[in-house]
Amino acid sequence: MKDTITISQQPYSLSLNELPIPDYSVFCKVVTHLLSKEAAHCVNYFAVPDKDSLLFLCLIANDEAHTIDILAHKGGGPLASLTPVIPALHIFEREIHENYGVQFEGHPWLKPVRFARDSNGNSYPMDDYPFYSIDSHELHEVGVGPVHAGVIEPGHFRFLCNGEKVLHLEIQLGYQHRGVEKLMGEGRNGLQRAVCAENIAGDTAVGHSIAHASALEALTGVPLPVNLYLERAIALELERMAMHIGDTAALCTDVAYQLGQVVNESLRTIVINTTQLWCGNRFGKGLIRPFGTHYPLSGELTSRVKKNLKEAMKRFLPMSDRMLSMPSLLARYEGIGIVTREQVVSIGAVGMAARMAGLNRDIRHSHPDEAYRTIHFYPAVRDSGDVMARALLRRMEVEASCQLILDMLTLLEQEKAELPLPDYSLSLPPDSLSFSMVEGWRGEICHTILTDSQGKIRHYKVKDPSLHNWMALTLAVRDQEISDFPVCNKSFNLSYCGHDL
Amino acid sequence: MIRELNILRKHGRQYIKDLDKVVLPAVFRGRPEINKDIPGQEADKILALCPNRAIRREDGLSIDLGKCVFCMECAFACPSGIRFTNDYRMAVNRPEQLIIKAGDSRLLRPDPQVIRPEIPRIFRRSLKLRQVSAGGDNSAEMELSAAGNVNFDMGRFGIEFVASPRHSDGVVVTGPISSHMVQALKITWEAIPSPKILVLAGTDAISGGIFAESQAIDRSFLTENKPDLYIPGNPPHPLTFIHGLLDLMGRK
Repeated sequence: MKDTITISQQPYSLSLNELPIPDYSVFCKVVTHLLSKEAAHCVNYFAVPDKDSLLFLCLIANDEAHTIDILAHKGGGPLASLTPVIPALHIFEREIHENYGVQFEGHPWLKPVRFARDSNGNSYPMDDYPFYSIDSHELHEVGVGPVHAGVIEPGHFRFLCNGEKVLHLEIQLGYQHRGVEKLMGEGRNGLQRAVCAENIAGDTAVGHSIAHASALEALTGVPLPVNLYLERAIALELERMAMHIGDTAALCTDVAYQLGQVVNESLRTIVINTTQLWCGNRFGKGLIRPFGTHYPLSGELTSRVKKNLKEAMKRFLPMSDRMLSMPSLLARYEGIGIVTREQVVSIGAVGMAARMAGLNRDIRHSHPDEAYRTIHFYPAVRDSGDVMARALLRRMEVEASCQLILDMLTLLEQEKAELPLPDYSLSLPPDSLSFSMVEGWRGEICHTILTDSQGKIRHYKVKDPSLHNWMALTLAVRDQEISDFPVCNKSFNLSYCGHDL
Repeated sequence: MIRELNILRKHGRQYIKDLDKVVLPAVFRGRPEINKDIPGQEADKILALCPNRAIRREDGLSIDLGKCVFCMECAFACPSGIRFTNDYRMAVNRPEQLIIKAGDSRLLRPDPQVIRPEIPRIFRRSLKLRQVSAGGDNSAEMELSAAGNVNFDMGRFGIEFVASPRHSDGVVVTGPISSHMVQALKITWEAIPSPKILVLAGTDAISGGIFAESQAIDRSFLTENKPDLYIPGNPPHPLTFIHGLLDLMGRK
């Protein structure tokens, strides 16, 4: 009997009855084997209550084979931790431990993920997190947050420093926890879920909404016109452009280059105002809906999108050329906050955080949906792993996204199929599993839906790329000057609410 | 230097000279207007549709802008009954003002009678604010930052976000107030010297939004502290925020 199910193309769905459930020892062997390849990473590994016990599901993607392997095991007792062998699994085992009290024996780091209490009922108040510490007269600790100096989300950073040098950074998250997964699962209607999905992370409203819609659509298997997928991809690329340009502005702010800051801020305005012109919201909330759309992209709107992008790029490129060639900026970007390829592979980094260190990992290329299958796309990759690589990657992705949008707009002109309106009440098949993969601007977003025997949503699982990637920031600031932390942090710009859910 | 000047020349003048004259695209989802005579059947449909129970029936339909997530589904379902205008000025200071009744087309402005007299007296020309995101999804936070950028430039009115509560005259809260942030929010609020103002920015902050029923949020901070300004939106547009503050400061 096979121990896994392998799916080679979106949409991803299967009946739960087909799912092989091997013993945990077999599961471990297969997972270890699959993840031994550099091109493979764990997309998600989580538990679902199943009668008196737990059903564990693990999704493993392979970038080169373009496949997803689905593995499962069942049980409730203590399990041998896989983290010592596969460090990237640390966060998933911690989350399962926190949610369901499963003991992972041999886990080096079974700390809270977002709840500030562990499964044994030991509660850690948010201000009493069990940080690593070193007893030394030579070293000191610096605590930052949860409330930061800027207008940003809350999280706590604890640095262990030797003078100005950071020996270790530990990041405590969970402040933003709003109970998203519970709300997405429990007896809510389709529209409530769609609204909740776009509020998971407002800076990735389009990405998470597409992930939500795609997971539902995969489950029902309803065929949709290709222009709907193209329009969603255009919205996704607009979001990517806006966020990358905004983060470029922030990278200028953090090294006190005011011209770069103001020019890029105003360019971001052009891009998000284009999204507003399309759907009435600068972040694209309300634009992406399951099974259809209220905002078809056509006629005059199309030419306005083209015109705005042309205008933005005309000003973005010279600004970016100047910024990325100024000695005083390069001194703050080059060789700062390096994360190596080996490190990003071992932590299972995704999206930009993988591509800046030479690892070509991009869902649009490795696991494309209908829209990205219709066009030629190859991801931009840098290999120096420093702040410079992340700044350059953003610039390259802005250019690539603009080109993608223009190409897709051309394709859209040939697709005249009328787009359906959204549907929030389609019935779902019973005992099924579906998931979606979307390359948001930070990286891979995955939403998983499990239905019960009545076709009701039994479990809804959200994964934001930040769940993998926060560890990359931790590694980036090791042995750096603590004053380089802000620019390292901005170069990743990870999501707090996407992590905390 | 010459390259910088060239960039600046191409960049042109980006700031919006007169914020009063900005007209947002018709598709923008701003202050709604509700028709008085929506047939009973249509009204039932709309009531059942609203994802956040922002719509109620009392002498015709009404929309609570504190709960509305601006998804527009009601307007799509009944275009003749409900219309979202492109009027972005929605900030008010009495919770009752947030409820838009059928036939209401009055402009939304903070009620001058309710503004504490010390606010315009002290903060009229300079208002420094601390922002606390308490479960915010980062869209409201980005719009608040944008209010200070080169386009909207609220700094021209003396409004600015500052790094420390010790330097600030008030707090702008975003997010539904996650229970994990309650303590940090209280500490920040208490660290601000009086007199101070409390502003709730966005549907999440005003009512909990789509997260209102979650067990992971804790709204007790708002039973102890009364907001001076409510700024609807999901997220609020920078212009909604700036105009609301200017009204509160007595600059209008």
